[in-house]
Amino acid sequence: MTAETQYLPGAHPNLPPPASTIGVVGWMRANLFSNTTNTLLTIIAFYIIYLLVPPAISWTLINADFSGDSREACDSGGACWVFISVRMGQFMYGFYPAEERWRVDITFILLVALMIPMFIDSFRHKAWLGAIILFVYPVIGFYLLAGGSFGLVEVETPRWGGLSLTLIIAIVGIVGSFPIGLLLALGRRSDMPAVSAFCTGFIELWRGVPLITVLFMSSVMFPLFLPEGVNFDKLVRALVGVMLFSAAYMAETVRGGLQAIPKGQYEAAEALGLTYWKTMVFIILPQALKHVIPGIVGNFIGLFKDTTLVLIIGLFDFLGIVQAASTDPKWLGYSVEGYAFCAMVYWVFCFSMSQYSQSIERKLHTGH
Amino acid sequence: MAKEESAGPPEVTTKPWNDPKVRSIFFQVVLLILVVLAGMYIFGNTADNLERQGIATGFSFFGTTAGFGIITHLIEYNEASSYGRAFAVGLLNTLLVAFCGIIAATILGVVIGISRLSKNWMVSRMAMVYIETFRNIPLLLQIFFWYFAVLRALPQPKNSVNFLDSIFINSRGIYMPSAIYEDGFSLVLWALGIAVVAVVVMTRWAHKRQDQTGQQFHTIYYSIALLIGLPLLAFTVTGFPLSWEIPALKGFNFAGGTVIIPEFVALWLSLSIYTASFIAEIVRAGIQAVSHGQTEAAHALGIKAGPTLQLVILPQALRVIIPPLSSQFLNLTKNSSLATAIAYPELVSVFTGTVLNQTGQAVEIISVTMAVYLSISLGISAMMNWYNAKMALVER
Repeated sequence: MTAETQYLPGAHPNLPPPASTIGVVGWMRANLFSNTTNTLLTIIAFYIIYLLVPPAISWTLINADFSGDSREACDSGGACWVFISVRMGQFMYGFYPAEERWRVDITFILLVALMIPMFIDSFRHKAWLGAIILFVYPVIGFYLLAGGSFGLVEVETPRWGGLSLTLIIAIVGIVGSFPIGLLLALGRRSDMPAVSAFCTGFIELWRGVPLITVLFMSSVMFPLFLPEGVNFDKLVRALVGVMLFSAAYMAETVRGGLQAIPKGQYEAAEALGLTYWKTMVFIILPQALKHVIPGIVGNFIGLFKDTTLVLIIGLFDFLGIVQAASTDPKWLGYSVEGYAFCAMVYWVFCFSMSQYSQSIERKLHTGH
Repeated sequence: MAKEESAGPPEVTTKPWNDPKVRSIFFQVVLLILVVLAGMYIFGNTADNLERQGIATGFSFFGTTAGFGIITHLIEYNEASSYGRAFAVGLLNTLLVAFCGIIAATILGVVIGISRLSKNWMVSRMAMVYIETFRNIPLLLQIFFWYFAVLRALPQPKNSVNFLDSIFINSRGIYMPSAIYEDGFSLVLWALGIAVVAVVVMTRWAHKRQDQTGQQFHTIYYSIALLIGLPLLAFTVTGFPLSWEIPALKGFNFAGGTVIIPEFVALWLSLSIYTASFIAEIVRAGIQAVSHGQTEAAHALGIKAGPTLQLVILPQALRVIIPPLSSQFLNLTKNSSLATAIAYPELVSVFTGTVLNQTGQAVEIISVTMAVYLSISLGISAMMNWYNAKMALVER
């Protein structure tokens, strides 16, 4: 019955691909076991995963303790997340008084609420809203957090701490460093030799030294610069240090974008009779900044991670407060849980920022 | 008709405040005046404050006795040494950890960057997980993790992890045998030096011969033979002038041998692991920047896979890789200053920490520290610029 069917040239029906090249088997053959070396590498990779992943899951989830209110609740041998849940308030707010913590919540909720329309494409008053966020919001936020007027109890900055302090430093640093960085970048490319030399020197000075020496400078050296009796809060000094440091990096990123703009754009603007500032604001910067958005977000991520350094000059940021809590005699021996929680929070912030930057990059990549 | 009017364009009279040249000079003078005024203000205030608080000025403190001990030092140092000596110890410790970190981070970063491009799905995914995990967690947190949660949690000296009764790992550090050089060991070093020179000469000769005749000469085997054989020969001839001092448990701690302190290990590990995740991305981007046509063209010319990578892909990829790589090396060196949080005695910890606390001369000490980091930065970037210029594309 299996007589060979004769086909006219070109009339043969398409045969399915060989079973070993499609589906899961085909994918595995192509990507995991294509030759001896690859097979060996795959086996080693699986072995490493076997060594790392099951113990990690059993420590963090299966054998872990989640409920309770003292270390006696931790007896199953795995992670003791009770440590985190008991200390959660402190990790988030530092030593901010418990009955005033709603003020911190409102400050951040207000910011998020104001920021949401900025991400909606069809919202048309972005410039106004941006101005409100940049100029009005910080004043409101400061009065909410510091208090001392409008019937709010005063909370001194040494009592601020935890994740909220980390966010405050990061946001102020980011927002403050942006305009300074822009001006420095423009100044470095200026035709006036004195301005250019000043900006270049400033940028290279900050970029050449570690942030920690800048923070030491702000905490030890800066008070000497001021006349007797005048003194700033330690937090403010640290903020200024972080801002200037980050501005130097921002300037170099923006300069990269400025250099990518063809000379014809400058010449065309000049031919239209635009002044320097009009050329910059309406022609050059909108194009240049678009080029460097990934770099700017990269700077922001770096700054967010660098905020941990303020613990060295004695501010209790998120990592600082976790570190302090893990040396508490009542909870000795649970530092790994603290670090794991801390790492997870930082990771979520940084990773989502980098994913956001990549999505913007794809959206703005108008291509040629 | 007004024939007497000149044919040229009318004379334009610019008001001085509209003349770009005048304005430029004006703004620069204003900036200069502002900078000078700010400098004078700061200088005056600082001088007043220092006088009122009774803090000495100047750099004479460099010669004063320090009076504190430093746990690990590359050069001779004790409590009677001067602050200048302490500064040198700190600086050397910074350079040591930066050097070790750069080597480890480069090796790890290149391996992971190439793994990221592997055709093997598992390997490339694992490299991706590594990169995304470690570069998104603050370095200081990683240092704390390695130091407090891993190295400090190792067993006490009495229950050390023991390798062959000569290497001991415990919470105080890694204890290893230290070498004791006897007479005649210098001959071994001389032999090594001669071997290095011989390898350089041989490589040059081989290149020259290949350029002239096209014949290849595999220098690699001869180089290895020279580099290992010659010192080994000298070592045998001089009668093995080397002995080992094995660390031994005495009381509560080990004595003898060399110790690598946990602070160094924690800092070195975290710096290498953290920076490697950035280097991996740089290496990946660099290799991807070389178009696939280059590989295909090399294969079409009959060049094998190994030489293709070595002679075609890498020289082009390195051109893209080197500038960001050098800035990662700089970052690593600057990040080594985080050691002050775990008290590894490097520059910031010793000098800006202990010495500053003892002398109170904040202005001098912080300026010197910043100057040191600035010169390291400028030095590394000058070196990298030189290398970059050497590697740069020579256009026709």
